[in-house]
Amino acid sequence: MTLHITIDPVACDAYGYCAELLPEAIVLDEWGYPIVDGRPLPAELVALATRAVRDCPRRAITVTRKTRAS
Amino acid sequence: MSSSVREAPPRSELHRLLGHPIDLAGHVATHGPLAVAMGEHTSWQGALAASLEASGLAGRGGGGFPSSIKLAAASAYRHGGTLVVNGMEGEPASDKDKVVLTRAPHLVLDGAQFLAALCRAREVVVCIPTGRNGVAAAVQQAISERAVARYARVSETIVRPPDRFVAGEESALASWVDGRDGLPVFRPDKSVPLRIGKRPALVHNAETLAHIALIARHGPEPFLARGLAEERGTCLVTVSGAVAQPGVVEVDRGTPLWDIALRGTPTEPAQALLVGGYGGNWVGPQHFATPYASVSLRTIGASAGVGVVAVLGQSTCGVAETARIARYLAGQSAGQCGPCVLGLPAIADDLARLARGQADGGLMARLQRRLIEVDGRGACRHPDGAVSLVRSALDVFAGDVGAHLRGEPCAHWRHLSSLPFPRPITLT
Repeated sequence: MTLHITIDPVACDAYGYCAELLPEAIVLDEWGYPIVDGRPLPAELVALATRAVRDCPRRAITVTRKTRAS
Repeated sequence: MSSSVREAPPRSELHRLLGHPIDLAGHVATHGPLAVAMGEHTSWQGALAASLEASGLAGRGGGGFPSSIKLAAASAYRHGGTLVVNGMEGEPASDKDKVVLTRAPHLVLDGAQFLAALCRAREVVVCIPTGRNGVAAAVQQAISERAVARYARVSETIVRPPDRFVAGEESALASWVDGRDGLPVFRPDKSVPLRIGKRPALVHNAETLAHIALIARHGPEPFLARGLAEERGTCLVTVSGAVAQPGVVEVDRGTPLWDIALRGTPTEPAQALLVGGYGGNWVGPQHFATPYASVSLRTIGASAGVGVVAVLGQSTCGVAETARIARYLAGQSAGQCGPCVLGLPAIADDLARLARGQADGGLMARLQRRLIEVDGRGACRHPDGAVSLVRSALDVFAGDVGAHLRGEPCAHWRHLSSLPFPRPITLT
């Protein structure tokens, strides 16, 4: 079981808080929209990711469990 | 009348979408009655599900998802859902769904009735965009005939969503039928059914349904008698571009690309073929013999898309045509996702500069970076299609791209497009 960050691209309005909190996992494109790679979230970033989920003004981030790579 | 012994048609001739009578009496005389007893004969349902699986039919709306798997998921739905017939076909280079709905409306509707029975849907809703009144009239005529004959098992109605490129994306279509905004929905888990109200919705492409109607009646064998081992059946392909006779042809799945192009009678030597649609791929002459089938197309980096072969003649600039398509696709974004809303116009602008021979030194690196950044970052696959097309252009027209970068554009970049667009696209 691994944790992954998912961005809802419809909800996202490029506030960019997530990338400030989680520069190791989220980078912004030239327009300020977050890019996540498909890699599992390292354990040491879970607390920050939870905060990013909570702090996103658009509620566009979720952390989901995956039981196998997809 | 003439002969007392009539030979049955060869099995392969039984699977054909076009060329049959259009009216209900002729339809029934050709194909037999619609023998559907809703929810009563489980053996019939099992047989149809098995036939669909044996046929290997995949959806013809662009996704290419196996119909039997989509159906198996839907069979688990509870009663009372909606079977949505997707006749939206927003792709300007594709006319196949308009043609099958106009020339074989009863096949499309029968396919919907079979699936409605199988997944216990309570209604069939046919989506035809505003403006396509000829198509809607043909389908309405068919529905009226069926109502008079008490032929259909569940109700059949037509609705008219707006004529936009992404309106036919299945989540967008379910949203519109449900009275919501009709925009694509972000669905991280596609196995969760679409909904209309509180009930499940199953969206199927019009051509796919016509195939299902024939497979349901005749079993999988006639379908399996057509096409290649890798992909069976026939398919509808819209031929356009530098051809004397543009239009929709029905060919065996796996027919070589160039043989399909020949059906339109090309008017000049081809430097490339556009395959799959505006969100598809350019294919160079070394691959013109590739079969129009999913696996073969994948090996050359292309995809079957919605059944499109457009001929790019020698007198047309591939860079300019790609720039026009990119401009068109940028204008067709649903306007929801930042990378699509901002990325596609940025890509189109750079392609227009390239087409005009006015590239700055950073253009190619910028373009390549944006293609990577935009790919896969929308709620629907609209931006992915644009990226796929542009990438194929940079490969197939590499020589021309180099010349355009050096400020030496093709002499004919200003020529009018030979591709079908709803309105002319300018690159200045």
